[in-house]
Amino acid sequence: MAFQSYNLVNINNIKWIGFDNFTNLFSGSEQDDFKLALWNTVKWVFISLAFQFLIGFALALLLKKKFHGSAVYQGLIFFPWAVSGFLIGIMWRWMFNGTSGVINDILIRMGILDQPFGFLANTSTSLASVIVANIWYGIPFFTIMITAALRGVAPELYEAADVDGANVFIKFFKITVPSIKSVLMLTVLLRVIWIFNFPDLIYSMTNGGPGGSSNIITSLMMQKVQSLDYGAASAIGLLCILFLSVYTIIYLLFTKFTDSEE
Amino acid sequence: MKGHQASKAIGKTIKYLFLSLYLIIVIFPFLWMLLTSLKSSQGEIYAFPVRYLPQAPSFVNYSSMLWKGNFSRYMLNSFIVSGIAGVGSVFIGILAAYVISRYRFKGQGAILFFFLFTQMIPMFIMLAPLYQMLSKMNMLNNIWTLALLYVNMMIPFSVVTLRGFFSGVSSTIEEAAQIDGCGRLRALFNVIVPIMLPGIAATFIFAFINSWNELFMAIMFIDVDQFKTIPVGLNALILKYDIKWGEMSAGAIMALVPTIILFSFAQKYMVEGLSAGAVKG
Repeated sequence: MAFQSYNLVNINNIKWIGFDNFTNLFSGSEQDDFKLALWNTVKWVFISLAFQFLIGFALALLLKKKFHGSAVYQGLIFFPWAVSGFLIGIMWRWMFNGTSGVINDILIRMGILDQPFGFLANTSTSLASVIVANIWYGIPFFTIMITAALRGVAPELYEAADVDGANVFIKFFKITVPSIKSVLMLTVLLRVIWIFNFPDLIYSMTNGGPGGSSNIITSLMMQKVQSLDYGAASAIGLLCILFLSVYTIIYLLFTKFTDSEE
Repeated sequence: MKGHQASKAIGKTIKYLFLSLYLIIVIFPFLWMLLTSLKSSQGEIYAFPVRYLPQAPSFVNYSSMLWKGNFSRYMLNSFIVSGIAGVGSVFIGILAAYVISRYRFKGQGAILFFFLFTQMIPMFIMLAPLYQMLSKMNMLNNIWTLALLYVNMMIPFSVVTLRGFFSGVSSTIEEAAQIDGCGRLRALFNVIVPIMLPGIAATFIFAFINSWNELFMAIMFIDVDQFKTIPVGLNALILKYDIKWGEMSAGAIMALVPTIILFSFAQKYMVEGLSAGAVKG
């Protein structure tokens, strides 16, 4: 289908058109949308990932030592995981609402804003807003994974370091990080693919808008599907599969590699 | 030494402060949805500056979703589809994972690789060709089609997860059962499955939740009201120019509750499973 003109709006004109769907994306009528979505995908994946990782890591360090109720705490912060990206998007769409949203209200009460601002209705803030929601959604995953890894580090290593008089930073970079390096790498690599495959949140928050400003590749594809332009949708889908395949093979090879290393 | 203790106490306070702050950030969106859903008048919902607590909590939004809208029907559909997906994928998963973990055969690595691989490529990427296939087979707008697709969607996950549980059960138990005269299948279902029950339950719950939450296939392949699932119903509300946030939030809360209840049962295993996976790599 990626090589056909296959639009259900123009159903009498379904035919083979070779690579036209692809050239449209890269240099033809669709190129602006497509390039914007590509660039947004890069930002979406890396900014979300960076914050999810850093905040998740920081929380994991706080959770490392078990305290009274720490299991319950971990359970509570893990709850968003059971909820679909679609519903999360709905919740954040309401909170970001430009006229009566609670985020506007909080920012005004804190004196950061003077008047309500349409975060999702402005091309300059729409992508940032969906990224904020995505960061919120992804932190618990890192926290849980990294906490487990941290608790697996042998305490003797820290005791030995204490005897040698090592300070907190030396302990962190010479013991903690090297010990959990492989877990960190694997989680990060795995998360890239999950964030890439996650248009659900964007779909229900902004549906890529306004004017495509918060579209990523997969949400652009969903729009093509919805406008019944299956030829273009399949072309984008095929590109995604290509990217995912290459990435997954690298990921799986890497997993095997660290396995045999241990 | 006193200074040391004091700084330790301050450190602890800061730690708990951060943890509590984060907990509030996690809970707040859910709480906000709940509060909105309990407000009865439009004026109250859209008031700005925001009024946080509902003046007179009421279930008006819930009852209008359930009885005026068709939400009770959608919930039933979601339960049917997700239940079939959970049972089906776990059943097939048990058989497949058993074979993969207990037999040695040619191409085994390739099969496992294939399962991991298909897990990485989400089904919505293939929506357009799927739509074409289903429409040619006259299978659109059919709740069983959706169930079948979800079984299919969850099989790779079930196989991979259950395989992990199988490797945790020693094969000597099963051999003992076979010496006592059990066939392979009987040994599997009478001896191994009961031992693995917690793991199987967790896998089922996960498959159920994922199917319950699935959106894109459902909105593409179902547009008859009587077969809609919850996400499709909510999607119809969100596509309207003027979203009714009171009803929307009531719908969202009703969609959330079953998954959160199930999740709290399976969570222990999921956290353990995830972290075990992390430690093993």
